[in-house]
Amino acid sequence: MENKIDWVSVFLYAAILIFGWFNIYAACYDESHAAVLDFSTKHGKQLIWISISLIIALVLTLTEPRIISSAAYIIYAFVIVLLIVTLFVAGVTKGGQSWIDFGSFKFQPSEFAKFATALALAKYMSTIDLDFRLLRTKLIAGVIVVVPAVLILLQHDTGSALVFAGFLLPLFREGLSPTILILGLLAVLLFVLALLINKFVIIGSLVAIALFYLFVWLSKRTRKHYIWVAGIVLACSLFTVSVDFVFENVLEPHQRDRIYVLLGKTEDTHGTGYNVYQSKIAIGSGGLTGKGFLKGTITKADFVPEQETDFIFCTVGEEWGFFGALATIVLYLLLLLRIVRLAERQYSTFARFYGYSVASILFIHFLINIGMVIGLVPVIGIPLPFFSYGGSSLMAFTILLFIFLRQDQDHAKAL
Amino acid sequence: MSNQYQERSTVIKIIFLTIGVIFVVRLAFLQIFDGTYRTLADQQALRNITQYPARGLIYDRNGDLLVYNEAVYDLMVIPRMVKNLDTALFCKTVGITREEFLAKMEKARKYSSYSASIFMKQISKEEYGSWQNRLYRFHGFYVQQRTLRVYDKPIAAHVLGYVGEVDDRDIENDHYYRQGDYIGKSGLEKSYESVLRGIKGKKIMHVDVHNREIGSYRNGMCDTMPVEGGNIYTTIDATLQEYAEKLMANKRGCIVAIEPSTGEVLALVSAPCYDPNLLVGRVRGENYLKLLGDISKPLFNRALQAQYPPGSIFKVAQAMTALNLGVINPGTGFPCDKSLVGCHNHPSARSVREAIKMSCNPYFYYTYRRIIQQGKYKNIYKDAQYGLTVWHDYMQRFGFGTRLPIDLPNVKSGNIPDTAYYNRWYGKEKWAFSTIYSNSIGQGEVEVVPLQMANLACIVANRGYYYTPHLVRYYGPDSTRNAEFYERHDTGIKPEYFEIAANGMYDVVHAPGGTAHRANITDIDVCGKTGTAQNIGVDHSVFISFAPKDNPRIAVAVYVENAGAGGTWAAPIASLVIEKYIRGEVTRTDFERNYRETNPCQKLPLKRVPKKKKK
Repeated sequence: MENKIDWVSVFLYAAILIFGWFNIYAACYDESHAAVLDFSTKHGKQLIWISISLIIALVLTLTEPRIISSAAYIIYAFVIVLLIVTLFVAGVTKGGQSWIDFGSFKFQPSEFAKFATALALAKYMSTIDLDFRLLRTKLIAGVIVVVPAVLILLQHDTGSALVFAGFLLPLFREGLSPTILILGLLAVLLFVLALLINKFVIIGSLVAIALFYLFVWLSKRTRKHYIWVAGIVLACSLFTVSVDFVFENVLEPHQRDRIYVLLGKTEDTHGTGYNVYQSKIAIGSGGLTGKGFLKGTITKADFVPEQETDFIFCTVGEEWGFFGALATIVLYLLLLLRIVRLAERQYSTFARFYGYSVASILFIHFLINIGMVIGLVPVIGIPLPFFSYGGSSLMAFTILLFIFLRQDQDHAKAL
Repeated sequence: MSNQYQERSTVIKIIFLTIGVIFVVRLAFLQIFDGTYRTLADQQALRNITQYPARGLIYDRNGDLLVYNEAVYDLMVIPRMVKNLDTALFCKTVGITREEFLAKMEKARKYSSYSASIFMKQISKEEYGSWQNRLYRFHGFYVQQRTLRVYDKPIAAHVLGYVGEVDDRDIENDHYYRQGDYIGKSGLEKSYESVLRGIKGKKIMHVDVHNREIGSYRNGMCDTMPVEGGNIYTTIDATLQEYAEKLMANKRGCIVAIEPSTGEVLALVSAPCYDPNLLVGRVRGENYLKLLGDISKPLFNRALQAQYPPGSIFKVAQAMTALNLGVINPGTGFPCDKSLVGCHNHPSARSVREAIKMSCNPYFYYTYRRIIQQGKYKNIYKDAQYGLTVWHDYMQRFGFGTRLPIDLPNVKSGNIPDTAYYNRWYGKEKWAFSTIYSNSIGQGEVEVVPLQMANLACIVANRGYYYTPHLVRYYGPDSTRNAEFYERHDTGIKPEYFEIAANGMYDVVHAPGGTAHRANITDIDVCGKTGTAQNIGVDHSVFISFAPKDNPRIAVAVYVENAGAGGTWAAPIASLVIEKYIRGEVTRTDFERNYRETNPCQKLPLKRVPKKKKK
């Protein structure tokens, strides 16, 4: 078993890659450019990206894993510099400015920031005698995550920045209090509720729940209880009241619109809501078994913008139907669970933490991308890993995954 | 501390799986339980294009084309697809004003903003050609080909009928039709609609987000080809029809000409008539209203729908009935007693033949009395009831009082009163011969449709039987024939009696004392019977005839409203029709001009409300 790459993961990776390519082919299909090896087309270019990615994967499997783990900080520092450079030289694409232009080749540093941050954080977390209970440790870990996230946010690439929230999961695995996760969830819930219903109703309900908890639920009440409950209610109320402010002043107009459309507060099938409306039509019209490869009427007719990149999943839904969509979701879940399982068998904290980071980054992409395409999450433009068209993201994800698979080959070697 | 929090791995796995399950449930709702998305997808990515079949052509009996089609174009619009339209340029291109454009768009939007509706109707080939290559600039517009009827000769409007847009009732009755489709509204177009219309085809085109056609849907697997409408080969003789219409040009009335040996209608004219080309295309609606409002009722098909008193032509049927019942014999004579019923001056008829020749009213008064009062019952009322029942049955054998099932819509039955009819009027056993004797001379309660008059001529020509008059010989790709038109309808009256009638009718035209010498044609033995139908205004002029006497080739009924005696107008017109058909040309040119150009109706007196005298 030892020194053998995990073929299950490789197989799942390959399956997603191949299925993804077929869907890109369908999404860009044009009878006059039907040849598979036509490199002027997107599916042709994607073939080049796939080839390069496979070479990268091969190179990574042949690399001594220690080199990468020891170079973690250097890679991280390098990417941070790149991100700063990007801020100044990047051209504007789709409202974001996250691309560096090398002539005909465009490069998106934010994609590489993900694995670089994962490496650095894993490196830090595997420091000998690190005590995660210390506030200082937590702060340093936080800084490692927040710095690239903020730099990406400054590039107006909200989606990629949001991915860094995924690091909460590996940190949670390493001992971060679940309260953080619960608070996060609570915050999202309150945010949505505050937009949907009257704030006084929410605050009133909070007070009612608190009173119920204190005077009905608890048999014995101490002073500590009062203080805690009062504190939580106050915090929640303040948060609720501040939602409007955040919504109006922090978020950009298009983000506000997208959230409103998602929550059904505005009916909009032509402007902001157009993408999701068309994407739902494409997926919904696929039915149980789909319309068949290259037979998607919506896909072929270019009704969904960004179809080969962020909205690639609607091609799956339309042409392969519920079965195809289900299969795709199952493939991703299997890969995620497999990675978690592999992470758990690592002897080194570095490899385990990195493994969880890989799973979490992939998961956040999966959550936001598919969630947005099927209308459960506001539109945030991030790609579906290994599936969407795009060289940077495919290479970055491949690197992300194969660094871990290389680590896993030596998983039994303790430190 | 490496595995201190190992149980948290399960929490993370559960988070992954939960999201997965949520996605799958959501997908199941989108893709399996909610069907609206499929409809929405088809609506926006597929365009159904109806392929209209060419409507069947209509030929005359000699293979001349009467009706054919011409391609026109409908400009269609899908309002939702109209984006960034340069309205001024568009209006200039298709030649409408801005106001018209706005009104049309509003109408289309009201109908549906998602599906196509007709923006401009029936654009000619030339007009379409002038801007065809610029249409692509206007998103949301496309063109659909249609066909319109064209009539080479402006004849036979009442026979051919016209085609119009379906109304809501048509759509409800037959789901084949869609808004904007065409349907035969009258005439042969209506009665042979199912043959002529063919079967619509369907083409599904795949359109992209810019409303450009990007190919056929599923390689045309769901498409169907239109099946062309079947042609119709009529019995009409176009030359004769045209000639007959000319004769009637300035008159009111009708001409029905039938080939007696087959029942094939050679010409069917209702005057005034109209040019069938008037009821085609964009001008149809306007013209239709004009024709509808005309007091001379050009849209009314007198030949089938006008229920006239037949006048003296009816006497032929009375004579045949009486002879067959045995209540008179060929040699029976009756005095011309003008005290019973008015008559013109002539010697008393000594036989049936003479009675027909001279059209003696008292003679047929007596004849009818013998039919009605057969002496079966002592009670004259009961006797009359019996007699009328027998008579009514005989009249029906002649095709009177029933709808002759000709292959044209809306034919009327006329009226032959029966006992129930008189009981309703006068009460049971409260009427007898003296009440109803006017029937004997084709007046009173009797009403006959001109088609039935022509049919009577056929019956005499055939010496006792007829075939249902019809207008179509065969139709469709298999040359289908209607079997019911080959069924011989026998009157059950002996042919030798009809020989007497034929001789009498020959005498009408040829013998001294006959009432229609103007129907005489050299070399052709015309047999005829005049009628002068009394009515509120000036008498109607009626004539039935057939020729030649032996092996007749044509039977003609002519009815000219308010023109006076049968012999003066109807008879010469009938003779001209006969000559035209049998000889192929009319040699009596002055005679023809006289009857063609003179308008007999000018004598029509206008009734005025009498002024009340002041006290």
